[in-house]
Amino acid sequence: MTGWRALFYKEVLRFWKVGFQTVGAPVLTSVLYLLIFGHVLEDHVKVYDGVSYTAFLIPGLVMMSVLQNAFANSSSSMVQSKIMGNLVFLLLTPLSHWSWFFAYTLSAVVRGVAVGMGVLLATALFVWQSSALNFSLLPQEPLWALVFAFTGAAMLGALGLIAGLWAEKFDQMAAFQNFIIMPMTFLSGVFYSIHSLPDFWQKVSHLNPFFYMIDGFRYGFFGQSDVSPWLSLGIVGVSLLIISAVAVNLLRIGFKIRG
Amino acid sequence: MPAISFQSVSKTFQTARGPFQALDGVSFDIEQGEFFGLLGPNGAGKTTLISILAGLAKATSGTVSVLGTNVNTQAAEARKKLGVVPQELVFDPFFNVREALRFQSGYFGVTHNDAWIDELLESLGLSDKANHNMRQLSGGMKRRMLVAQALVHKPPVIVLDEPTAGVDVELRQTLWQFIAKLNKLGHTVLLTTHYLEEAEALCQRIAMLKNGKVVALDRTDELLKAASSNVLRFKLDATLPPALAAKARVTGRIVQLPAHDALEIERHLAALREAGLNAEDVEIRKADLEDVFLDVMHANTPKETV
Repeated sequence: MTGWRALFYKEVLRFWKVGFQTVGAPVLTSVLYLLIFGHVLEDHVKVYDGVSYTAFLIPGLVMMSVLQNAFANSSSSMVQSKIMGNLVFLLLTPLSHWSWFFAYTLSAVVRGVAVGMGVLLATALFVWQSSALNFSLLPQEPLWALVFAFTGAAMLGALGLIAGLWAEKFDQMAAFQNFIIMPMTFLSGVFYSIHSLPDFWQKVSHLNPFFYMIDGFRYGFFGQSDVSPWLSLGIVGVSLLIISAVAVNLLRIGFKIRG
Repeated sequence: MPAISFQSVSKTFQTARGPFQALDGVSFDIEQGEFFGLLGPNGAGKTTLISILAGLAKATSGTVSVLGTNVNTQAAEARKKLGVVPQELVFDPFFNVREALRFQSGYFGVTHNDAWIDELLESLGLSDKANHNMRQLSGGMKRRMLVAQALVHKPPVIVLDEPTAGVDVELRQTLWQFIAKLNKLGHTVLLTTHYLEEAEALCQRIAMLKNGKVVALDRTDELLKAASSNVLRFKLDATLPPALAAKARVTGRIVQLPAHDALEIERHLAALREAGLNAEDVEIRKADLEDVFLDVMHANTPKETV
């Protein structure tokens, strides 16, 4: 356990020690969404042939949890260390900016995927209870589901790192989360297919990288999606590269962490 | 090769009120194996200088090296050679004492060093706290934990920024015995402190900073020799005459006046008599580092300063 792996392990242990709050709570939130929206909208919304609304909702909620929790992990860890002042223990070490980047981003992926798995397992109860749901916990195209889960989580982990470096106070972090991350995830087609939207909003949705992550992940489960998974992968991949490049560069110059 | 070398180090901060020069051309070397003291009043630039040395901040100009390694261009190598005890009492509330030390070792690429971690905990009186969460430690224990975290990778050069603030007398002794032992083993020590008697007892050489400039740099014994060698000390219930008050160091009832020779002592006493004041518990003692410090700081007050 040396260098970046020590930092990676520390970051994983950090959220795991408060797992009730960092993993348990978001799983419960997603299950509540599923219960309420599934119950209210099951008979009103028809998305894909042969796919019930609740079944359609499950992968969307799983991916939304993956993304939000990946972001929450790196951003809250960084902003807390800055405000508490214990970031100094890292600043004094020979760890390179690449080490920081990989440790923070990969630990965010671990948290995101852990919460996503939790949500998926919790939904097993619904699947078991209702045969009409017609949802398979095993994706039809598992590789696609995994690729989108990991690249999406990595992108949000890197974005969280940028937000954590930028924010100087907890309310700035809350603003980033509430005014950027939440709207982008909610307006990404978690709860609806964008084909049901008016033309203008369909176009707007196509500008949202979160849409492609959710759509691509859903393709993994149903083999159907609003756009081609290859297009989604291309857009998510490019977004990941751009955001990672920004994060690595901010770490390299010590943005707001070295005087 | 010096352990630490500062060459023309300047640092300017941009503030709302315009640029502020925290360091102004600071140059000096600390030799390997030295126990070196960096003194100065609050705001003199001590912590800024240490931050630049530790890579927490960048100098506006000038170069700093640790055992010949430039802290800016070869940052990772330089940081491996340094163990820095930060001034702020910070800790990570998620972990216990042993976890925090193991992680800190890991960041430096050091593993399987539990024997050294145990020795550190023993020397710093933290052995029974190894499995306690950092939040459960008292202020003094957290401060000693900062020392342990700085030493966990066995750095050849140790930097202590106010390490004894808030640590009680007995533990301060333990801490200094341990640091002195490391110094005997060959570690270089750079210390900043407000406890001047500690600096006098421990440091072989001392640099004094004021307004970002080095205003004194010498062996501790030479600094003591060069200062006004005696101090007239007495207790007084009334206000000092203005002529004496300007030179005096007053702590409650206790008044201390620097004096070079017997004639100056007589003059001080005469001034008291003329003012009709009666001094009690009069004694004459040798000047200590605190007197030297006040002398140097007083002598270097720019006239235009308000």
